[in-house]
Amino acid sequence: MMTDITLAILSTIGALAILFASIGILRMPDFYLRLSVTVKAATLGVGLLLICAAMTFPEVSVTTKAIAIGFFLILTAPVAAHMIGRAAYIQRVKTWKGTTLNDLEKEGQLDCRKEDF
Amino acid sequence: MTLNSYFDYVILPILTLSVILAFIRLYKGPQIFDRVIALDLIITIGIGIITVYSIRTSQEVFLDIAMILALIAFLGTIAFSFYLEKQNHDD
Repeated sequence: MMTDITLAILSTIGALAILFASIGILRMPDFYLRLSVTVKAATLGVGLLLICAAMTFPEVSVTTKAIAIGFFLILTAPVAAHMIGRAAYIQRVKTWKGTTLNDLEKEGQLDCRKEDF
Repeated sequence: MTLNSYFDYVILPILTLSVILAFIRLYKGPQIFDRVIALDLIITIGIGIITVYSIRTSQEVFLDIAMILALIAFLGTIAFSFYLEKQNHDD
């Protein structure tokens, strides 16, 4: 009974984190903000759902598999986000008009001009 | 309310709604970068759906598919960003 309540709470938080990631990717005004919202919240949600799967099955192999998937996600999601963000900056994707800090702009080699929304 | 019906009526509809919202961004996306991260998010939510489904049906074999899907999502995003970084548009 206690395990059921814990599973319900963890899966609810995970599903809501994934839902917030989806709302963020739909509503954010800028590519970089969308990227920033998506990666963190989706990784948190899937990690919590994998913890639920590891608690449900009593076998050791399932727990190991769930930990492996979660470790792989935590390891690879920032790398993929960094690569796609770097490619977008090199291809001069516009930033939002509310962006105030752009450290690469000062170096003068890459400029990312603002767009009026 | 048992845990299985809770998964059926609350968790899986929330995840389905998330996939639909991400698919709207995949359809609209003004540039290809938005589409790439929307596709990445859809595959990540797919891993979550497979996990919940394997809890629901007590079949732990589905977690293998989730692992393969995580690998494919990472490789796809890396390949997209590798080639998008090299493209030059002199128009």
